[in-house]
Amino acid sequence: MSDMKETPTIKEDFDLQKQLKNNAVPIMFVIICSIGCYYARLPWPFLINEIITRMARNSFLVISLIIPIIAGMGLNFGIVLGAMAAQFALIAVVLFELQGVAALLVTIILMLPMAIFFGWMTGALFNMTRGKEMITGIILSFFANGVYQLICLWVLGAIIPIKNPAVMLPSGVGLRNTINLKPLHYVLDRMFELQYGMIRIPVVTFLVILLLCVGMHFLLKTKLGQDFRAVGQSQHIAGVSGINVDKTRIIAIVLSTILAAMGQVIFLQNLGILTTYGSHVQVGTFAVAAILVGGASVSKATIPQALLGTLLFHTLFIVSPLAGKNLLGSPQVGEFFRVFIAYGVIGVALALHAWKGRGK
Amino acid sequence: MAECEKITVQERLKDAAKSLGIPRLIIFGFLALLFVAALFLKLDIASLFSNVLTRLGMNGILVLAMVPTMQVGMGPNFGLPLGITCGLVAATLAIELNLVGWTAFVFALGVAIPLGGLAGYAYGLLLNKLKGEEMTVGTYFGFSIVSLMSIFWAMAPYKSPEMIWPYGGSGLRVTISLAGRYDKILDKFMSFSIGGIVIPTGLLLFFALCCFLMWVFMRTRTGIAMTVVGNNARFAESIGLNVNKNRLLGSTISGALGAVGIIIYSQSYGFLQLYQAPLFMAFFAVGSILIGGASINHALIRHVVIGTFLFQALLVTSLPVANLLVSENLSEVIRIIISNGIILYALSRKEQGGEAK
Repeated sequence: MSDMKETPTIKEDFDLQKQLKNNAVPIMFVIICSIGCYYARLPWPFLINEIITRMARNSFLVISLIIPIIAGMGLNFGIVLGAMAAQFALIAVVLFELQGVAALLVTIILMLPMAIFFGWMTGALFNMTRGKEMITGIILSFFANGVYQLICLWVLGAIIPIKNPAVMLPSGVGLRNTINLKPLHYVLDRMFELQYGMIRIPVVTFLVILLLCVGMHFLLKTKLGQDFRAVGQSQHIAGVSGINVDKTRIIAIVLSTILAAMGQVIFLQNLGILTTYGSHVQVGTFAVAAILVGGASVSKATIPQALLGTLLFHTLFIVSPLAGKNLLGSPQVGEFFRVFIAYGVIGVALALHAWKGRGK
Repeated sequence: MAECEKITVQERLKDAAKSLGIPRLIIFGFLALLFVAALFLKLDIASLFSNVLTRLGMNGILVLAMVPTMQVGMGPNFGLPLGITCGLVAATLAIELNLVGWTAFVFALGVAIPLGGLAGYAYGLLLNKLKGEEMTVGTYFGFSIVSLMSIFWAMAPYKSPEMIWPYGGSGLRVTISLAGRYDKILDKFMSFSIGGIVIPTGLLLFFALCCFLMWVFMRTRTGIAMTVVGNNARFAESIGLNVNKNRLLGSTISGALGAVGIIIYSQSYGFLQLYQAPLFMAFFAVGSILIGGASINHALIRHVVIGTFLFQALLVTSLPVANLLVSENLSEVIRIIISNGIILYALSRKEQGGEAK
């Protein structure tokens, strides 16, 4: 993956055709979204409010993908493990019966070591499967989901006794399908929010996202950030010039996993309900699809691309069931269409990447 | 019966320890443990065996579909859902035309093979442009096809009342019963029972036939050429073999086998499963063949048979044992952990031979 960096264009003159070609994916999605918005016939304030909610909810997760891409490890499908770390922490916090900001802080404290550990394991595995990081990440996310289910269905209750009817199944073994996160609901979003009619803006959440963007921007300028880039360009050259390649790659994945865990906490505090066996499953796929829709590739990604992608992908999410219903008479078809888009966009992006990489 | 099992386990233990060691060893050990537990718990061993045999034939061909792509160096065919959906189209066509029994079954196979082959060929054309990334692209390509076909199932103008929703509306049901069509037609063919163990003769014979044909094929000139391409594409090119053509052939055969595989699977299961059902089938097939001892770019018929048997035996025995011991249905979870765990293990192993592109 490392030697597949795109060469920077030498000619910097504004060239409309080239611009269109380079941004083909986002432009295509702007068009699809516009058609979707038109046919969905949703009232504008509702649509805008939904988009704002979803931007606040999902941006963090999408941004968590950037560092591994820069470090040349491709799209980190392993962020699902970060989401799991967050969910374990949230379950614990519900068990401790904590409230509000205290609950949020304890969640983060509990989540961090788990996320670091999972990230370190993932990174070590990626170092063993060099060049096949993405397929490893995909399979790892399925594998981890199996282990997660084993823990939640059986270990909790049968081996670790927990007696809390709000969390456990009536039989006393295994967690419920849905766990109410009421003590944490909107803890960030409603800390301070602006409201214009139907539109509510969760200021604190956006501040956290802004903080992340700024932090990421500066991180990439530090020595570590340069190391990520160097390793991403060529592992061999980076190694020769004295960078510990394996360690840098592990750090990239650990950071990505921590951010994903934080992202999942933001996601779930907004939803207010944890679907124990479902909330994390699609995290990787949807985040990856979003960043690709924004115009990122397997080897190149920026923060604006992540944000634009989140906007477009989730707009499509909001409008497609209704558009499908109005256009084709079946909301189910719209549902299938958006899943198809998510998978399809990843498939096409990966295919394009492999195609380009072959030219070298 | 117990003694017979012991001997095979011992033989296999030695074999496994020698060839690739730890993962198969663990799985055999676990299987033996489950078996002993099943004996102690006084489970119906005969029905367990019948189940394992049926599932071996039921899943075997889907696993066999991995051999051509792995041998030709394209890695396991994660795009298997493509072939599977072709098989499902053929199977639904048979019902739509109101065919019954062997006619329906043979018609479904007759449509499935060219359709699956064609889809596999087209898929091969795509993969020839993406050498080295077949697995990643294949996974998401397979997912996309499943969702695209979901739209097809929801909108296709089928008329047969057995398949559309009973209260009208458009689209097919999620599961379609094959009762009265060709439900268990192979399973029941020449089926007999010894000591309570039901042998699905027709099913096993069909699986054996497919394996045999593949075995013979891999020994023909073409088959050997495919193996050479898989072992070292550069070398193959230097001796005048057409790498892309051989890869296309591998993908075509895999697609056709995937289509046949799902028809065999559904006749044994008794239902056609549409929409999202084929989504993860490829992973279980890949897991099975890797458990059998295959590596990413090297797979033999032996690996198919051993792998499918092991994987299915594990599932069949673990379900009732787990039910009695921990009173939870963990079978699905175990399936996910084992199949994906073994794929991870295979990925982390160093590949031998040239990685020519």
